[in-house]
Amino acid sequence: MRLIQVVQTPELRLEVKAGQEQLDRVVKGAYASDLLSNVMARANEGNIWITLQAHQNIVAVAALLNLAGIVIAGGIEPQEDTLLKAEEEGIPILTTPLSSFEVAGRLYALGIGADDGQAKMAQS
Amino acid sequence: MIIANSYDVTLSVAGHDFVTAGEAASQIKRTLETLNLPPKLVRRASICAYEAEMNIIIHACRGQMGLRVTEDKVAIVAHDEGPGIANLDRAMEEGYSTASEEIREMGFGAGMGLPNMKKCADKLSIKTKVNEGTRVEIIIYLPTSEG
Repeated sequence: MRLIQVVQTPELRLEVKAGQEQLDRVVKGAYASDLLSNVMARANEGNIWITLQAHQNIVAVAALLNLAGIVIAGGIEPQEDTLLKAEEEGIPILTTPLSSFEVAGRLYALGIGADDGQAKMAQS
Repeated sequence: MIIANSYDVTLSVAGHDFVTAGEAASQIKRTLETLNLPPKLVRRASICAYEAEMNIIIHACRGQMGLRVTEDKVAIVAHDEGPGIANLDRAMEEGYSTASEEIREMGFGAGMGLPNMKKCADKLSIKTKVNEGTRVEIIIYLPTSEG
């Protein structure tokens, strides 16, 4: 599945805030966490990252891990410098009024599971 | 996987500067990608570099990071002028952190930085002196044959 298909799923109520040009990325799983080091350790390339963090440091994490994009949940609006950095780095930032739990559940229902690579990565 | 010549990079990291946080790690990652190292190794090195960089930004006044790639290994060194680590054994425990409440609210200071580095590195050595600073060296060995 591509990120654009996720964006076009009405129930997710997603709004694209940055990275409009990068929506053709292939989504390989998702990960939800608000602790940046936990995301560094457990999220994998191609994952969608669901978080409540909206400051600019989330962009560096997503870029270092080659994530597909970031969903900022809970109706939280990203700061302006977060969006500027995301455009620079080519990281899609999506917002939704839904909670992290609802986003995760709806992504799972779309067939986006936890990435299989995750368990392998945790061991390596 | 053989790198013909050693490759060195030195980067400055400013303590408490969250604006440019992650740039040293990004540059290290880009360099390793340019050298066509295996993606899993690049990931491990990126995680180590990011955690080391964030530790300087969260805790120290200033610091430097260095990358050296030789034919058998990737070495990342981060050293800083800062508070040092008073209890290194505890600092290595997952969940132990001395970061402020404000920094924790940003999702940092979860007490996972050093444990993450330890998991991703083949060798992690830390030298630290209270009120002077800390030097962290991360070694990741390159695979001896392809893959």
